Amino acid sequence: MAQILEYLSYPFVRYAVIVGVLIALCSSLLGVTLVLKRFSFIGDGLSHVAFGAVAAAAAMKLTDQTVLVLPVTVLSAVLLLRTGKRAKVKGDAMIAMISVSALALGYLLMHLFPVSGNVSGDVCTTLFGSTSILTLTAADVRLCAWLSAAVLVLFVLFYHRIFAVTFDEDFSQATGMRADRYNMLIAVLVAAVVVLAMNLVGSLLISALVIFPALSAMRLFRSFLSVTVCSAVLSVVCAVLGMAVSILAGTPVGATVVAVDAAAFLVCYVIGAVRGV
Amino acid sequence: MALIKCENLTLGYEGRPVVTGLNFEVNEGDYVCIVGENGSGKSTLMKAILGLVQPLSGQIIFGDGLTQNQVGYLPQLTDNQRDFPATVREVVYSGCIAGMGRRPFFGRREKEIAKNAMERMGILDLAKRSYRDLSGGQQQRVLLARALCAARKILLLDEPVSGLDPKATIEMYDAIDRLNAEGVAILMISHDILAATIKASHILHLGRETFFGTTAEYEASRTGREFMAAP
Repeated sequence: MAQILEYLSYPFVRYAVIVGVLIALCSSLLGVTLVLKRFSFIGDGLSHVAFGAVAAAAAMKLTDQTVLVLPVTVLSAVLLLRTGKRAKVKGDAMIAMISVSALALGYLLMHLFPVSGNVSGDVCTTLFGSTSILTLTAADVRLCAWLSAAVLVLFVLFYHRIFAVTFDEDFSQATGMRADRYNMLIAVLVAAVVVLAMNLVGSLLISALVIFPALSAMRLFRSFLSVTVCSAVLSVVCAVLGMAVSILAGTPVGATVVAVDAAAFLVCYVIGAVRGV
Repeated sequence: MALIKCENLTLGYEGRPVVTGLNFEVNEGDYVCIVGENGSGKSTLMKAILGLVQPLSGQIIFGDGLTQNQVGYLPQLTDNQRDFPATVREVVYSGCIAGMGRRPFFGRREKEIAKNAMERMGILDLAKRSYRDLSGGQQQRVLLARALCAARKILLLDEPVSGLDPKATIEMYDAIDRLNAEGVAILMISHDILAATIKASHILHLGRETFFGTTAEYEASRTGREFMAAP
């Protein structure tokens, strides 16, 4: 305990905890909708796009990578959703195509324009986010806080409409809601969260933050509101726990947080099975 | 004036017509069943009335002060919803959103509407139960209550009894009858031609030949006799 308090006196640890909690909160809220709409793989696809964009930003020697990464990811989210049901290439194949292309292109770029002498180290860092959470600046934290606040406010304001669109898109549209706009809103928010979450867990592990809390909460609760709240609480608790463990044991932050999320899911699964949900 | 009037309507996907030159109308208190073979465009017609697909040509006119977002809709159950974590109350309330304008949260009026709809469907005691734990018949009544929250004068039902057991089917038909007796017009896609001719005031037949008229006219017509005689 004393050791944790000592670590918390360092600003970079405080930044990491603040950003980690915000990311966990936002990703879990959106996760409920994504899982229920069968959109889980969109988060995964976008995270690979974000990886490609980071590599491109590094190759272009941009100091502030978010300037490139955020717009590219948001644009991909919009494109992925827009192709939707009527496209020639079906949605899931499209996502697989875009995500592997981005991954390959990213790796290629990192090889052609190495930022440091250690290419595999850089790739590993971007994919698994090993240290970037501990090198955040005050500006990064501010950006993260603004984006998270925007995600939270939009989620609360549109909560009932997000529920309606998630539960039954056709019905919502038939009663005059612009369901495609809400899908777009969800996609943009997910893209923003993916970009934020790259700092915490790296691009390969982002989907875990999005889907695990929602899946765990669904083992325990039966109403949309309780699933959403439980998912948020669980996600924040797992993130804090994961970061604490990683600081004390010196393990990689992202992988530890995801491992805690996975363990929480197993616990919820067992509780759910015992209670017969 | 009719609640819904279709004039010379042509419907289809990607320029290929499925239904051509369709004329019919639904008036207050009518009970119209849409029948016809698979692929004859029954669901497409319903989606066009709901504004989910654009007609290739022709017009759908809403009258009697009815606007498109005041049409109540009971879609077919989707797989997505079978394991959806939501209470009955949450599902029924979501029918009220159309009438809320830009307000983000439900007010007293929406609570009133939702309670009234649940009462009419006899599911008030299920309000706190989870939707995914209900039987097929109960789920359909929950969705019908949600449709009632959005509806003023007319309900569109897409095969409301498909997948229900005989008892639940009878209960569903009774619930629809009660609503119709209260003055709600019904436009329903049905695969059950016998039930359709017993319940409906008018029949709309889609297929090689289109027919629209009262049930008695349909039973006397060649289209109707052939369709009803088919095994």
